[in-house]
Amino acid sequence: MLVEVLFYVFATILIAAALAVIIARNPVHAALFLVLSFITSAAIWLLIEAEFLAIVLVLVYVGAVMVLFLFVVMMLDIKVEEHRGGFTRYAWLGWITAAVVIVEIVGVVTARRFGVDITRGATPLPASYSNTQELGSVLYTQYAYPFELAAVLLLVAIIAAIALTTRARRGLKRQDINRQVNVKSADRVRLVKSMTTGNAP
Amino acid sequence: MITLAHLLVLSGILFALAVAGVFINRKNVILLLMCVELLLLAANFNFIAFARYLGDIGGQVFVFFVLTVAAAESAIGLAILVVLFRERRTINVEDLDTLKG
Repeated sequence: MLVEVLFYVFATILIAAALAVIIARNPVHAALFLVLSFITSAAIWLLIEAEFLAIVLVLVYVGAVMVLFLFVVMMLDIKVEEHRGGFTRYAWLGWITAAVVIVEIVGVVTARRFGVDITRGATPLPASYSNTQELGSVLYTQYAYPFELAAVLLLVAIIAAIALTTRARRGLKRQDINRQVNVKSADRVRLVKSMTTGNAP
Repeated sequence: MITLAHLLVLSGILFALAVAGVFINRKNVILLLMCVELLLLAANFNFIAFARYLGDIGGQVFVFFVLTVAAAESAIGLAILVVLFRERRTINVEDLDTLKG
């Protein structure tokens, strides 16, 4: 009973926060409402006993991705007033699309059923069940190769983000190791023959 | 007791709101990226719900990978956004019409 009440409270907060994200005019407010919706989702994931992913959601999303979002929002010099107009121009199309998406999802779910009774609760887990251990036991055996690929993907993301945003400053003096190593004495010292004439200083 | 129907309805509403947000926020690329994050969150809800109610941990592993890809996506997306703002001094979607699309 308590779990149900908590679920409804969190679901209401989650939907309200998501609505606030999409209609907020100020991007900083939108980012903060997105933080709220992530934390509420983590709470709901805890209620259905996916503890590890709930903690990961808070750590990775709220701790890293949303901080990155806020950093970029505050770094870019966006004038909020400038973006106020023209808000409702595409609003009708957005709401129609949302309604169509809901109808499609309901259609797919009711037609297929996915071999599970959706009105039944989940089978309760034993008290000694550890979600983290269960996840780790398949992640490092059955899914070891995708796990390595995910690591490579993150490396690619780091390199791409740095390569995109770094910029060469003009007029900066820096070492070029390759040229320093390959230099020959002929490049440095140049012997010139000077014609000395009689009238020395 | 939370049933699978509760979670599917919640994630359906969340997904639809995020899709509406993609259409509504045509003035700001940052808000579009945030709506994409909401879409991924709704998809993750379904994965976790089915993983729990079908008793298959593979769904949760997939959410783990989705989180990885989403983190990479937002990092690169924001980097592109910063470069874009540096070049054009705007992040309005309607001003980004160099390709005449």
